[in-house]
Amino acid sequence: MTTSVVTGQVDIKDVSVSYDTRSGRQLAVTTTNLSIRPGEFVCLLGPSGCGKSTLLNCVAGFVTPTTGRILVDGVEVLGPGPDRGMVFQQYSLFPWKTVRENIAFGPRVTGRGGDSPTIVANTFLGMIGLSKFADHYPRELSGGMQQRVGIARALANYPSVLLMDEPFGALDSQTRHMMQASLLQIWREFGITVIFVTHDVDEAVFLADRIIVMGASPGRVVANIPVDLPRPRGDDCVTSASFTSIRNACLRHIKAESRRAFELNAG
Amino acid sequence: MKADVPKPEPALRIAARRLLALRPPRTLLLSSLTVILLFCAWVVVTETGLANPLFLPNPEAVARAFMEVSTEGYQGSTLIEHLSASLYRILVAFGLACLIGIPLGVLMGTSETARALLSPMIEFYRPLPPLGIYTLLVMWLGIGEESKLALLFLAALPGLIIATIQAVRNIDPIYVRAAKALGASTRTIVLQVYLPAAGPTILAGMRISLGFTYTVLVAAEIVAASAGIGWMIWDAAKFLLSDVVIMGLIVLGLTGVALDMVMRLFGQILMPWTRKQ
Repeated sequence: MTTSVVTGQVDIKDVSVSYDTRSGRQLAVTTTNLSIRPGEFVCLLGPSGCGKSTLLNCVAGFVTPTTGRILVDGVEVLGPGPDRGMVFQQYSLFPWKTVRENIAFGPRVTGRGGDSPTIVANTFLGMIGLSKFADHYPRELSGGMQQRVGIARALANYPSVLLMDEPFGALDSQTRHMMQASLLQIWREFGITVIFVTHDVDEAVFLADRIIVMGASPGRVVANIPVDLPRPRGDDCVTSASFTSIRNACLRHIKAESRRAFELNAG
Repeated sequence: MKADVPKPEPALRIAARRLLALRPPRTLLLSSLTVILLFCAWVVVTETGLANPLFLPNPEAVARAFMEVSTEGYQGSTLIEHLSASLYRILVAFGLACLIGIPLGVLMGTSETARALLSPMIEFYRPLPPLGIYTLLVMWLGIGEESKLALLFLAALPGLIIATIQAVRNIDPIYVRAAKALGASTRTIVLQVYLPAAGPTILAGMRISLGFTYTVLVAAEIVAASAGIGWMIWDAAKFLLSDVVIMGLIVLGLTGVALDMVMRLFGQILMPWTRKQ
């Protein structure tokens, strides 16, 4: 972990995304500007269809913006790359590689991480508490374990930004809470920038430094809500008055958006 | 908190154990029953004189033919020599078909252009009867070993290519995206994502293709061979040596089953993640 907090600046400049569909050109994300500080934990929150995943995929380099550009530490994003780690919604571990080899994959193909890929992988296995499962195949692990490996695999490249697309959506709520807590711990250790996509308001408030609430038709940013809850955040955080008020502020925006979308579709 | 995790077994030992217990006992029992019943029917039909021994000899005669051909040989070659001549042809032709067909399938599965360019060729010759192709191959390559290998090769190829194309096209794109996000080059993605992800389907295609190649063997050995199980069967039939014919067919069938088992074992060693718990 060299010079951790100076990298990870993400600038989204005049980015819009539109698709060609059979019914004509569809605007998925209208012109969006957003700056994310190095080390900041930002949640993109909104209902499905609001373009939050599309925006994340633009930063990842999987989707090319129709207009505008994205800079990570001043360098324009032109495609996927190891400086931006990605954690997917579904389990995307390679079923044909052992847990250790999944984590070692990034360092092996990029040479990042300094040490030998196996040593890097072992370090991360220890960090996520799965050293004993190093030689197992992903399908032998529970969903929560697999997603921990997914996070470790993304981090093993020592990226400056970690992109997470509803990573805990498929987990049961008990596991989800544990994963949220351990993600915060990892984030603190690495001082890495995190962009986290979710539709779960509580999850966003618990995790984020700042919540970007997005609305649909077309996808756009409707609110930019700072979350100034003290860290580290524990179980008592979610019962505090400030948690509730931030949560309510988010819900207000989301409700207004849903109503608007509903009327738009009805009319 | 974490329970003790058993160390994963080595792939080879698991494969061996699974080979020994390939099927649950009940199905094995029922399958054996079928074999035994068929054998009894054979005995009954031949012993009661229901079948003309000229066309259906009894098990004893077939066993005698087996011993004779094994020790003294048939037309100058022993059974092992016939068998190895055939296996050599099959394995060389099939091996070449894998070396060419699998990469070609990967190429055609990933590139629309390659698929459009190459598929007419394969689609056209695939349904042609092997014997029809063989006549042309003999004209081109002569009646020697080359035309036999070419026929077996051509028989093995389309199944392999088509299975590989299917396998590659059905890969979950999330694996490719994950590899790209981790910084993998195209070369790495082909070798470390496409190949292993498509591996199980390719292996299934290889098994079917090898089976089909096997069915073409007799046809390939009809012309100007002096050894080979297929040739032995064909030649013995001309002299109405039905005991040799039946013995040859049984040997052919059993080696076919054995080859398939070797392929499955091979798959489990090469792709340990696919083995069942």
